[in-house]
Amino acid sequence: MRKSLLALAATLLLAGSIGAASAADKLKVGFIYLGPIGDLGWTYQHDLARQALVKELGDKIETTYLENVPEGPDAERSIEQLVRAGNKLIFTTSFGYMDPTLKVAKKYPNVHFEHATGYKRNPNMSTYSARWYQGRYIQGLIAAKMSKSGVLGYIGSFPIPEVVSGINATMLAAQTINPNIKVKIIWANTWFDPGKEADAAKALIDQGADVIMQHTDSPAAMQIASERGKLAFGQDSEMIKFGPKTQLTSILDTWGSYYIERVKAELAGTWKSEDSWGGLDSHMFAMAPYTNMPDEVKKLAEDAQAAITAGKLHPFKCPIVGQDGKPVECKGGEHLDDGQILGMNFYVKGIDDKLPGK
Amino acid sequence: MQLVLEKRAERSGTIALVSPLIAIGLTIATMVILFAILGKNPLLALHAYFIAPLTDGYSLQEIAVKATPLVMIAIGLSLCYLANAWNIGAEGQFLIGAVAGSWIAVRTQGTDAGAWVLPVMLVLAAAAGALYALIPAICKVKFGASEILTSLMLVYVADLFLDYLVRGPWRDPHGFNFPTTAEFDPVATVPLLIEGGRLHFGSILALLVVAAAAILLGRTIKGFEIRVVGAAPRAARFGGFKADRLIILTFAVSGALAGLAGIIEVAGPVGHLQPGISPGYGFTAIIVAFLGRLNPLGILIAGLFLALTFIGGEQAQITMKIPLDVTKVFQGILLFYVLACDSLILYRFKLVFPNRQVTSGAG
Repeated sequence: MRKSLLALAATLLLAGSIGAASAADKLKVGFIYLGPIGDLGWTYQHDLARQALVKELGDKIETTYLENVPEGPDAERSIEQLVRAGNKLIFTTSFGYMDPTLKVAKKYPNVHFEHATGYKRNPNMSTYSARWYQGRYIQGLIAAKMSKSGVLGYIGSFPIPEVVSGINATMLAAQTINPNIKVKIIWANTWFDPGKEADAAKALIDQGADVIMQHTDSPAAMQIASERGKLAFGQDSEMIKFGPKTQLTSILDTWGSYYIERVKAELAGTWKSEDSWGGLDSHMFAMAPYTNMPDEVKKLAEDAQAAITAGKLHPFKCPIVGQDGKPVECKGGEHLDDGQILGMNFYVKGIDDKLPGK
Repeated sequence: MQLVLEKRAERSGTIALVSPLIAIGLTIATMVILFAILGKNPLLALHAYFIAPLTDGYSLQEIAVKATPLVMIAIGLSLCYLANAWNIGAEGQFLIGAVAGSWIAVRTQGTDAGAWVLPVMLVLAAAAGALYALIPAICKVKFGASEILTSLMLVYVADLFLDYLVRGPWRDPHGFNFPTTAEFDPVATVPLLIEGGRLHFGSILALLVVAAAAILLGRTIKGFEIRVVGAAPRAARFGGFKADRLIILTFAVSGALAGLAGIIEVAGPVGHLQPGISPGYGFTAIIVAFLGRLNPLGILIAGLFLALTFIGGEQAQITMKIPLDVTKVFQGILLFYVLACDSLILYRFKLVFPNRQVTSGAG
């Protein structure tokens, strides 16, 4: 009995090592995910992109992912585990993985890393992100047109520049339609927590908001807005099925073409450390169809989208007045420069809220 | 004929020793079925969970790193629980310790402060954790407030305080407004034990804490007092032991250990202060304390075992594409069986045959 068990174990181990050998011919590509792949938002979109990658290059690569990796002390280990499992190109898909990714990158100079939404780079560590504020600007136009109460509800995740620039872009756009527009902001202090997100949506609606926008990842707010007969914008992914009569549009993260491009570069041996910050003119994100709005508003949105894509309209066009009433220095000539947007740490005039930590 | 649970005349020493093993056996049996349903080879899966992480130095280091805060906090908690004092807020004491220690690190950043920085950070963190734990302890002793509630609620206070600091006064000025302090200077960092690895000096401290707790409980009057007050409060009163003083003491000690674990985590594996430094260590440590039967050596084993399931779960995700949820189910099943088997220490199964005479009164 014992002998046969041992033999079985040996066979299994052998089978395992043979499997490893044949897999070694393929390029191994790893992914670290913040949420569960079923979050229907941020992580879901990254995984859709991974699937697109497999579909395109499946015969040359093998992908592995770790989901639900917290942005804390565990992240470094998870990334290193992927390295040790033989992955040669690793995508770490949330801001909080920045320092852990850098640490592991310095330790393994022959492995290439791609970090989403951060600002630290290394010869073997690229960064990539999208100019979502462009989409937020379009949403601001729609929101101001569609709101009857003149109050928008905004669920923030963390008061970091990416989120603050989204709020500012929304308000700058909304003010061009309705100079007296108000925004109520609730900081959920999480990227993904359907319970908290739903509570925030309820509170915002109770405070008079009739268009809900969010920078958190689940469709919970969309569902609440739908129940209460209000309007809302999706986030990261297509959320229309959670609010067929509610969703106005959604900013869709479409990482697929970037992932395919980077993996092809890796396969060809031409991968270089870069900083990619793509806007509507790239394929980094897209707008979901404009729904639940009159044709006139739809046209306004489509025109704005075309103008931004063509580079004719910049959401942060100067002059921009800060919350304190003082004009913001215009480092980019006609508009704020990328550094000012990437480090945005102020509200624009008209936002009746205090930026946390200021 | 029916199966009933019958109380034993006295607790069974044999079962107390064997029950964790039964629990692990049942867990493995359940997991084998679960893996089979998922279409994964059960033997390979078990190998990924339990054997693979133990076969190379890297994973062994990671297990030790993961277990360090768990063991350190759980030892402190076990002293509380043995004395019948219910500190549920170790998570908050962990965070406050991290904050207090980081204060020195942030203040000395970029200066030529010497080797005194780290020791001062450790001492300050322990003191802050102890003071923070004294709040619920004193409320309990003076006003009779439930220490379970107050200690738990103070977790959120600590969490938001840390949040405020890293978004406001301590924010890295070159960090694009992201909520984190700058990386600590080398003098404010816990030294690594192996070049290029992640195993750090904190793991040694954790072992010392285990040894100290074992001596305290096994060899000293104070340890005896803790156990008597917890197990037989009336007898303890007759013996002249003061339960109130012991609540204060055990809370302070467990707070100090949690605070120490906090700064070690921040100045070690993380390297800076940020929100989310603890994936719930203070709460997981409660499980570790009970899994280790409130015994120092047991806690060491339980902490390492729980760490093993984390690392193994990750390996299973990578090598066998087993979803993370299965790892969580696995940990849940394990705890369920441990608690279920524990009831066998005080109870036993007995087959009862219906006896009409006994039930005749019910007519």
